[in-house]
This record gives sequence, structure tokens and C-alpha cells, in this order.
Amino acid sequence: MQKKMLEVIDLHTNYGSIEALKGINLEVYEDEIVTLIGSNGAGKSTTLSSITGIVPSASGQILFEGTDITKMKASDITKLGIGVSPEGREVFGGLSVQENLKIGAYTRKDKREIAESFEMVYELFPRLAERKKQSAGTLSGGEQQMLAIGRALMSKPKLLLLDEPSMGLAPNLVDLIFELIVRINKAGTTILLIEQNANMALQIADRGYVLETGKVTLSDDAKVLQANDDVRKAYLGSAE
Amino acid sequence: MILEQVLNGVMLGMVYALIAVGYSLVFGILKLLNMAHGSIYAFGAHMALFIVSMQFGLLPAFLFAILTTGIISVLMDRIILAPLRAKNAPNITALISVMGVSYIIQNMMMIIFDSTKKTFPKLFDFGNVVFLGVTLTSTQIAMFLIALTFLVLLTIVVNYTKVGLAMRASRENARAANMMGIDVRGIVTFTFFISGMCAAVAGVLVSGYYQMVYSTMGTEAGLKGFSAAVLGGIGVLHGSVVGGIIIGVAEALAVTYLGGSFRSATAYIVLFIVLLIRPSGLFGKDNIVKV
Repeated sequence: MQKKMLEVIDLHTNYGSIEALKGINLEVYEDEIVTLIGSNGAGKSTTLSSITGIVPSASGQILFEGTDITKMKASDITKLGIGVSPEGREVFGGLSVQENLKIGAYTRKDKREIAESFEMVYELFPRLAERKKQSAGTLSGGEQQMLAIGRALMSKPKLLLLDEPSMGLAPNLVDLIFELIVRINKAGTTILLIEQNANMALQIADRGYVLETGKVTLSDDAKVLQANDDVRKAYLGSAE
Repeated sequence: MILEQVLNGVMLGMVYALIAVGYSLVFGILKLLNMAHGSIYAFGAHMALFIVSMQFGLLPAFLFAILTTGIISVLMDRIILAPLRAKNAPNITALISVMGVSYIIQNMMMIIFDSTKKTFPKLFDFGNVVFLGVTLTSTQIAMFLIALTFLVLLTIVVNYTKVGLAMRASRENARAANMMGIDVRGIVTFTFFISGMCAAVAGVLVSGYYQMVYSTMGTEAGLKGFSAAVLGGIGVLHGSVVGGIIIGVAEALAVTYLGGSFRSATAYIVLFIVLLIRPSGLFGKDNIVKV
């Protein structure tokens, strides 16, 4: 069996008096693509924000390569090797594409390695290379998504968290983004993918977790989930 | 005659720009009007006066003022504003708090240095310089050059360094900056230090220009700098510089053609006119706050 990279144990997170996560358990192994699927408000993004340290969790534990990161600062978590492409992309609109990518590498020191990452990202997303100097706010939705993923890759993450990368994109762009996700994974980055587009997500994922109102209700190999009747009815839009 | 007043205005305006930049930096990142900025400016002048009165000379006084004023600015953030942010307090709470801090600093100076006007040595007194047929004092020119140097340095830091990039990213989207591993809290601290530093430099320069230091000197300078920041578009650094120069020139012209009593009022009339035409300031982005 592969090495366990991320382990979330009985995670509870509250937003004020609202219990957003009611005991999430999940694991991600090295080199996997794992997807979290579920409807709006199921707690997918909250899970991700808790892992990255943006939202403090109430109880439970998050382990990254055996290190307890539950109470760690977001900046330290990035340094350990977790990169994130957040929901809604959140690129820095007033900054250039190049500056956005530079910020992705903010926690890194080695200039030569950073230059390599730049090359890697520009090779993966030639569109970004063409628009280096352009401010990110002027990019199209698909390009901004590429930038958000590219920016996350600039931290040279071991684990890449992707929150709704297909949101608001035209179908052909969605295909492209998913192709790129697979390429990133093949190049050696473990991926935790959050998606409303469960169909696409399960096609490229090794395993999946189904979240409902702050709890994991199902977890299995992606192929098994794809064949599961309940999942098909609820998330894949077909009842056959 | 006009040229002379314009140049006088530009010299003083550069210092207003330096004060304005302090407002803009903090506003950019926290969307907070730092109403204590004027008092912090006065604090800087008093720190310089303290060292000067101990006969240590101007340069040490200058450095001491920069350092201590930067620190007091950071302390204000750490002790009062940071805890409010941690509790997600509404912005108006922070605004009231900085107004309170403003009076606390002012009273502290009255208690320690008393409230009389004290003389401050002239900066760089080496005669006059004739420029474009206009006679300028060396104090004026030194004031202009020092303020300009700090503004250029600041522009370089903000636009071409890693910490500057982090400042700009945090200003755009603090949450995302945090996710990228930027220590936004540290960036806020740095911003307050720089802002305090600019205030101290301005405080020392103006004190040297008028050869006077007093505890309430920050009230007017603070408002001028604030107006300059709003005029240029608050949060925009080069806007603050242009705003400062406009206010400085308007003031100098008003004093000559309308009389000394019009000094401050004119600055505001100019401000109103500009804001009526461009509500977000000369270089401000429209709809800075999207709800």
C-alpha cells in the first residue's frame, strides 16, 4: 500500500453557531486523486478550508505526512507542502499573471527551483505564458482557473487541493482542466479534488468520498461510486 | 510670483504626500482610516526634539524618531487593532479606537513635553538656492529632497520587492494571500511600521521647516495628509503624491492671493471640487468597495 499523505480524523468545524462539519474522516494516499463530492452546503469547501488552516476547526485532527497540522498557521501549512486552488479562483486581479505565480512561490527560497516551477507552469498552461504581463483581472474564467492552479503549483506542493476547478467554465474548458489535473497528478502530485461535477470528478479519481450535511456518508473506489445507484441518482443526474 | 508660490507649494506638498502615503498604506490593507496618524506624526517630531535637546545632533534624532514612531504605530496595531480584527469587530469600532489612540498619544506628549510651542533647529541651513529665477531656502530644498527620497524608496519597496508583492497581494485579497502562505499579520505589522516611519520623517521635516514642535501639531498636518490621500484616491500611492502636491500648491497660492487665513480652507475647497468631479479621487478605482 502507498504511504498515507493526509489523514483527517473526526473533524468538527463550526461557523458561529452552525455546525458545518460533524465529524469528517478521510484519507489521501500518495499519488492518488481523491475526490469529495456532495451538494451545495455539504461541507466540502469547509473541509478544505480546515485543512489549509484558513478556518479553525473545533475538534478532531488533521495529519499531513504524520505531522499534526490541526492548529497550524496557514502559511506554515503551505510550507509543509499543501497547495490550494480555492473556490472562485481568488486570483489577485490587480496583479499580473507573473506576479500571481510569484506569490504562489512565496514560501520558497531557492531561486533556481522557483525558475523551474515557472517553466513547468508555463509549459502546462501556455496561455498563461502568453499573458505573463497582463493583469489577472482581465483574464477569462478558464484562464483564471489555470492561473489559480498554476499559482498553487508554484509552491511545489506534495498535495494539491482543488476546490471546484470546473465551476462556471464552458464544457470544452472543463475537459481541458480535467486533462491537466490528470497530467499534474501523473507528474507526481497527489490531488484532493472537490467538485460539484461529480461525473467528471469520479472519472479521473481513484477514490471518492460523498459528503452530506457535514458528514461522510459513503466512501469507495471511484469506479464503485460511479456504479452506485444512490450516487447516480443524487449526483450523476441519471437514474438508470 | 506665481511660480515662486507654486514651487513653495510643491516643496511643502511633498511632505503632505509623505503623510498621505501613510494613510493610504494602512487604508489599502485594512480599509481603515488611521485617524491617529496625525498624532503619530507629532510623536515623531517630539522624539526627534528629545534627541536634539540631548545634544546628539540631527541625524541621530532623525533615526531615533523613525524607529520609535514606527514602533508606536506597530504597538497601536498589535495592542488595539489586531485583537479587534481577531474578533471580527466592525470597521467603525476600529475607527473609534484609533481616534482614542490619537488623543492618548497627544495627551502623553502634553504630559511629558508640556503643551507649549518649542523651537526646533532648522534642517540643513546652508543659504539659498536660485531655481528658475525663484529663491528657495536650503531648508525647503532639503525637505523636498528627503521627502522625495522616502517616497521613491517606498515605491521601490512596494512595487519591486518580495515584501511589496506580499503587501499588494494582501491588499487585494487577504484571505487568498494567507492561503498562499503569506503571513498577512506580519505584513500588516510591516505596513504600520512603514506608515509610522513616513509620519515621523514628515514630522521632523515640517518641524525643521517651521522650527517649531508642539503637541497638537498633528491635527492640522493629519487632516492635510488625509485630504491629500483622498484627493489622489486613497489606497493609491502615486495618487497620494499628486494629492499632496495639489494641496500644497493650493495652500501656497491661497496664502499669497487671499491671505493667511485662507490657508486650510482652500485645501478643502480644492478637495470638494475634485471629489465632486471624481468621487473616488484622482487615481482612485471606481467602486473600490464592491458590496
